[in-house]
Amino acid sequence: MSGGVFGAFLAVLGREWKLALRHPADTLAAVLFFVLVAALFPFGVGPAPETLSRLAPGALLAAALLAALLPLDRLFGAEAEDGSLDQLLLSGLPRSALAAAKALGHWLTTGVPLIAATPIAAAMLNLPVEAWGVAMAALALATALLSLLGTLGAALTLGARRGGVLLPLLVLPLAIPAVIFGAAAIEAASAGLSAAPFLLLLGAGVSIAAPLAPLAAGAALGGD
Amino acid sequence: MRSIGGGRILAAGQPILEVSELACIRGDRAIFAGLSFSVPAGGALLLTGANGAGKSSLLRILAGLLPAAEGEVLLEGTPARADPTGHALRLRYISSQDALKPALTVAENLAFYAALWGGEVTPALEALGLSALAGLPGRVLSTGQRRRLALARLALAPTRLWLLDEPSLGLDAASVTRLGALMARHRAAGGAILAATHLPLPLPDATELKL
Repeated sequence: MSGGVFGAFLAVLGREWKLALRHPADTLAAVLFFVLVAALFPFGVGPAPETLSRLAPGALLAAALLAALLPLDRLFGAEAEDGSLDQLLLSGLPRSALAAAKALGHWLTTGVPLIAATPIAAAMLNLPVEAWGVAMAALALATALLSLLGTLGAALTLGARRGGVLLPLLVLPLAIPAVIFGAAAIEAASAGLSAAPFLLLLGAGVSIAAPLAPLAAGAALGGD
Repeated sequence: MRSIGGGRILAAGQPILEVSELACIRGDRAIFAGLSFSVPAGGALLLTGANGAGKSSLLRILAGLLPAAEGEVLLEGTPARADPTGHALRLRYISSQDALKPALTVAENLAFYAALWGGEVTPALEALGLSALAGLPGRVLSTGQRRRLALARLALAPTRLWLLDEPSLGLDAASVTRLGALMARHRAAGGAILAATHLPLPLPDATELKL
């Protein structure tokens, strides 16, 4: 029959995936937002290639993190509205594991499509092709960090009035290190230097947040 | 089979649910206090009372979704507080909301809960007369059909305790009969039922608790 905590974790994750496939609009909205912001930059700063390439790392990171924020206030909000959250809390999954499944689900359905769209955005920002690989790696880690912090934010603001406004105010300041190290990694790669130190620092951030953010989110879900 | 429900043998006469000196405070208002009762194996308790009397809050406290201000809840002799995750697996809670995803089909909606708790989807749908609707997306269901799909979760793997919040709201007579058969089978297998309701429910020999 069911396989205990791990089986329940996979069931929740599979449901997230299936719901995202049935509602592709949420994922598409995030990806289009990301690409459109990247497309707007050249209009604002002028099409001079050097200026654009200088701005590209920071613009990519900021646009991706803002795009990944879009579906976050529905992460627990939609479940709470239709009563599914009660059933998920009674699913036999510890609350922190439920939050971890939600965070991973958010990354798979929002972060991964953003990574896939990175070359398009990078091309529009005139990022040197040599740096595209590093840009995708940096965005992978940065969006993973945002999914973890965002799940915590979504759990904390659940049921708050204006939670949708509160959530970015809560999460984005915490995501500043992701922007700094992510942009530094892309900049290093486009200058022909090693991006490894910055990616490792980002990875360290993800490894710290991976256990801690779901624990805190689980505790936040426990309160009424 | 998992040992969450059917497998366990209870000592004769041991109640499934024991509640002692339970108090609930919402906002600054005490909803109820000093509430004590127990439900034996095969027993049923009807919660009645005016709107706002705390029926739903009581069910949520018993499910472990709402902290009690005071008092203790014992399920099969185990305090609910000691192991919230295990406690959740020993009961089924049907809230006033149907908890359905409109984008998933009827069978997919139920299959998710079957994956969590065990049990078979097809007989559970059959028990509530939903077999013909299995392939339809949740969004096209009527109110009564949505309620039946929520109740079909009861027909998945057995647990000792059912907590039902207005289970028959929106159901037609045939569906109430089906629910009655499901509840009778649960009680015959030694399960207990707590139901908050304003409508008459097919629960013979149920004790009534007026909040």
